Amino acid sequence: MALPPPPAVELRALTKRFGGLLANAGVDLRVAAGTIHGVIGENGAGKSTAMKLLLGLLPADAGQIFIRGERWARPSPAGARALGLGMVHQHFLLADPYTALDNLLLAEGPGRPLLLRRDAARAELRALAQRHGLEMDWDAPVASLPVGVRQRLEILKLLAGRAEILVLDEPTAVLTPLETGRLFEQLRRLRDEGKTVILVTHKLREVMAVTDQISVFRAGRVTGERRTSETTPEELAQLMVGRPVALRWAAAPGLAGGEERLAVADLGLAAVGGAARPRLSGITFSVGAGEIVGVAGVEGNGQSELIQALLHPCDRRCRTGGTVRILGREVTRWSPRAIRDLGVGVVPEDRLREGLLPARPLWENFLLGRQREPAFQRGGLLRPAAVAAAAARAVADYDVRPPALGQAAGALSGGNQQKLILARELGRAPRLILAAQPTRGVDVGAIEDIHQRLVRARDAGAGVLLVSSELEEIRALADRTLVMFDGRIVAEYPRGGATERELGLKMGGA
Amino acid sequence: MTNRLQPIFAVAVGLALGLVVTALAGENPLHVLAVLARGAFGTRYGLGLTLAYATPLVFTGLSVAVAFRAGLFNVGAEGQLTMGALAAAAVGAVWPGWGAPGAWLAAGTAAVAAGMAWGAVPGVLRAWRGSHEVINTIMLNFIAAGLANYVTMYVLRNPASQNPETRPVGPGYMLAPWAWFAGAPVGWGLPLAIGVAVAVGWWLERSVTGLELRALGENEPAARAAGINAGRVRVLAFALAGGLAGLVAVPEVLGNTGRFRPAFSAQYGFLGIAVALLGRNRPGGILAAALLFGALQKGATDLDMETDHVTRELALVFQALIILAVAAEGAWEMVFRRRARPC
Amino acid sequence: MLSAGWQLAAATLRGAAPLVYGTLGGWCAERAGVVNLALEGLLLSGAFAAAVVAHTTHSAWLGALAGGLGGLALAAVYGLLVLRWRANQIVAGMGLNLLAAGLTPVLCKMLYDDTGRTPSLTLAERWQVAPLYGCWLLVAVAWFVARYTRWGLWHGFAGEQPAALDAAGVGVNRVRWVAVLTGGVVAGWGGAALSLGASSCFSRDLAAGRGYMALAALIFGRWRPVPAALACLLFGFCEAAQDRLQGVRFGSGEPVPVQFIQILPYVVTILVLAGWAGAARPPRALGTVFSREGNH
Repeated sequence: MALPPPPAVELRALTKRFGGLLANAGVDLRVAAGTIHGVIGENGAGKSTAMKLLLGLLPADAGQIFIRGERWARPSPAGARALGLGMVHQHFLLADPYTALDNLLLAEGPGRPLLLRRDAARAELRALAQRHGLEMDWDAPVASLPVGVRQRLEILKLLAGRAEILVLDEPTAVLTPLETGRLFEQLRRLRDEGKTVILVTHKLREVMAVTDQISVFRAGRVTGERRTSETTPEELAQLMVGRPVALRWAAAPGLAGGEERLAVADLGLAAVGGAARPRLSGITFSVGAGEIVGVAGVEGNGQSELIQALLHPCDRRCRTGGTVRILGREVTRWSPRAIRDLGVGVVPEDRLREGLLPARPLWENFLLGRQREPAFQRGGLLRPAAVAAAAARAVADYDVRPPALGQAAGALSGGNQQKLILARELGRAPRLILAAQPTRGVDVGAIEDIHQRLVRARDAGAGVLLVSSELEEIRALADRTLVMFDGRIVAEYPRGGATERELGLKMGGA
Repeated sequence: MTNRLQPIFAVAVGLALGLVVTALAGENPLHVLAVLARGAFGTRYGLGLTLAYATPLVFTGLSVAVAFRAGLFNVGAEGQLTMGALAAAAVGAVWPGWGAPGAWLAAGTAAVAAGMAWGAVPGVLRAWRGSHEVINTIMLNFIAAGLANYVTMYVLRNPASQNPETRPVGPGYMLAPWAWFAGAPVGWGLPLAIGVAVAVGWWLERSVTGLELRALGENEPAARAAGINAGRVRVLAFALAGGLAGLVAVPEVLGNTGRFRPAFSAQYGFLGIAVALLGRNRPGGILAAALLFGALQKGATDLDMETDHVTRELALVFQALIILAVAAEGAWEMVFRRRARPC
Repeated sequence: MLSAGWQLAAATLRGAAPLVYGTLGGWCAERAGVVNLALEGLLLSGAFAAAVVAHTTHSAWLGALAGGLGGLALAAVYGLLVLRWRANQIVAGMGLNLLAAGLTPVLCKMLYDDTGRTPSLTLAERWQVAPLYGCWLLVAVAWFVARYTRWGLWHGFAGEQPAALDAAGVGVNRVRWVAVLTGGVVAGWGGAALSLGASSCFSRDLAAGRGYMALAALIFGRWRPVPAALACLLFGFCEAAQDRLQGVRFGSGEPVPVQFIQILPYVVTILVLAGWAGAARPPRALGTVFSREGNH
């Protein structure tokens, strides 16, 4: 009797520590050859770290890696290439000013002739791309290629390097639903050609759609292995979080027809760096008191620019046309501070980068943006006692843990950082809330709490603009939904007015 | 813990490496060390000169530190102090008849204003054009030197001197040195430096603007999202940095030479970077670091006479080695990690 | 009149040569993503080593070789500091400039018992003509290597997208080490061109800010070798013109303010950086430490 073929990849008890953080606490993972294998887990569950260990990008503290049944004793990036391992990183490893061709020539690595033979390489790559059904403009600088094409270039890079085992880290974050479908087709085709694909993602729907087998990560370990055909999203969610979770939750509808809180007319932001399309154009919408207006769209279609334009309308780098009215006042030429002082609360897209001073204590983070409120300063000098008292109240109110005011904000978990920001921004009783990706990277347990806080603020009369790339979030919370594509608003729906499929098509520009 | 001790170890390593150089030169390192210490602290006059070298370094160290707390690298203190000193000397030369304290105030204000104006330039360029301040401040140092040369040669030239220098300021401008220091130019500039250091530290921690400045330095996107006007704070921080550097005019022009000489600054601007780095951008640390660098400067001047094989440039070598030892973070991590992780 | 023009052209080439070496040395490091503020120090150490060896061996060529090695030695210290020990590149660069400024006079004293200069060189010991064309040869080599060779591609990616280089199995820090050391040798030759060519000995502060001017030229040339070298030519012209106008008076008797010509390169650099003379984009990873643990 023949032995079954060895797994393409096997990780045994892999352990990796970053300072005090145990990122991988004994990861065991087997990936069968010729399959698409899903790796799912929440942010910080250790999936990315495990993949970096597998690719030889980081040394493991303990544990073993086997490739096709053979022990790989000394992992390194060069060794990974030799073994046919390759990865498409979430942030593409491409250099903008260089052509697609040069980016691929680089990927050939060491041990090649010193002189570059571009013509020969171009001919070979054309043939390779044709074989796999992947189109590419080889002489265009990467900067001019759309995101989907860049991803294709990354995949071609691996194929040109004769990779047999392909790891894709969150490949769909930047893709429209349509492009995602095309990518999945491509992955199936690669599998049928005999390649092994590992798909790292946090989206349950995607692993259900395309994989053969699924491993679930939680707290640095693999907590479950399932055959895709034999599991459900609910079961996977429970494995990810460690307890049953309600995947579907919908807020009660808000009051329609409240007075205007935000009105945007023909907002625009010109193109930069040779791009053909403006980054924002013709943006017109309004948000009333007591309603949540959701902005759906694939990342990178102008949502971040929209929030920046609302916060910094007087900055030419943020807005080049149109008007912004907040609480009935034309604020287009106002300073950001004056706009905030009208009663605008901001939950920024990237907490650590835009919301907090990671190295500073909680109380100072609580004060950030509120330092000019009369309660906290007198004559330009801070009142530390008053700040500390208010911060302590807010931290208790929003259940930020641990509630140590002197502790650095960077040491909090993602969910607690977000609660601290909400405590600060909602604590001012804002009349308009701009919330961007409020639950990104937040543990599932905290998501519901954050959602309810936003709904409560709405019920208290605030207008809420909610930007999210998670369709579920938009559908659960938004009383009205705008869809953004390519810097424009391409559709508007009332609550429940569109199916996910319709939304998905609009997000892709259809 | 390691963080707090690192500068002290770095100073020890820098000094040790410098002494190795003297040993290679054929001197007894202990003798060199003794000459340095005696020169810097052995006499009232020596101590006075140490303090006289240290005082400008406090100002330039603070200048670099304030910019740094706002996330800006001020390599331009040299140009800013040049403009400050030139302005003070110009006021004193153009209106020599004024008397104290109005003269002090006028010259001091001119110095601060000129330093602030020159400092604001890279701030404005960064805020409006986004161009990085390091290259700009380096370029502005050369431009300041060129302009000061021009003014010295053609506008305010002292006809009574062979060397390029401006006409002396009126007697009402001069701050008399304290007699205790036996002729060393130490006077009210020193307490001014200490007072300014304390005030700057307090302002950074306790004022609303100080908080905004620190927030910008810590995390610009967060500061912007919080409604802080990054451009305005940058210009303010750089103007403040320039003003602090401009105050070098008080001990140097009003307290010592009474005129502007183009090459008067003993690299004070560049050494300010080292002082701020060594002092961890905190006022107390800056005062200590400035004293150390002043002592090296003064101590080394005696090397020319009291040794056979080394010169006063050894001060630069010591200072450079200390800067490099402080900056080499990775090396210190290796040293400290071994102790911090017993398992 | 014609001969005055030729003289000015020759003086321009002479003034530009050390700058071209300096700017190429800076280009080597900066294109690979390593800031090089230590150019002034590299010029000084190269100039010093070249003068000492040329004086000792009576050979201009050995002197020039030693100039490269002098730059290499200081560049090795720089590499150790910023690549191995991740020192702040600005601080380390300024520190090394200070070190070179201090150490060279101390060594003069040790070797020659003279504070601040090496003995004068005879004509045979000087390296006057070769550096004038040598530097332009190097510019051509740099252009070719950057454009048509694999090393050139690696070099560019080390400064633009080091993670891609790493994933391709090429050590980022290895490439940067080679770049920094090569830059040291080239800048060291610039020093040799100063002490053996433009001057006839090493003297204290011989570089006189040329390291920073070379850096300015690099920015003026938008981090590309050929335009940067042409910027050096412009700066060399400024220097030559300034020397000729020193003491010349306008018709009315006013002296020509040469200081304004002197500061021209620096003003131009600020204008370029501010985007008033076309956009300048530095290598994306310039000044950053490469670490795989960057985001986990």
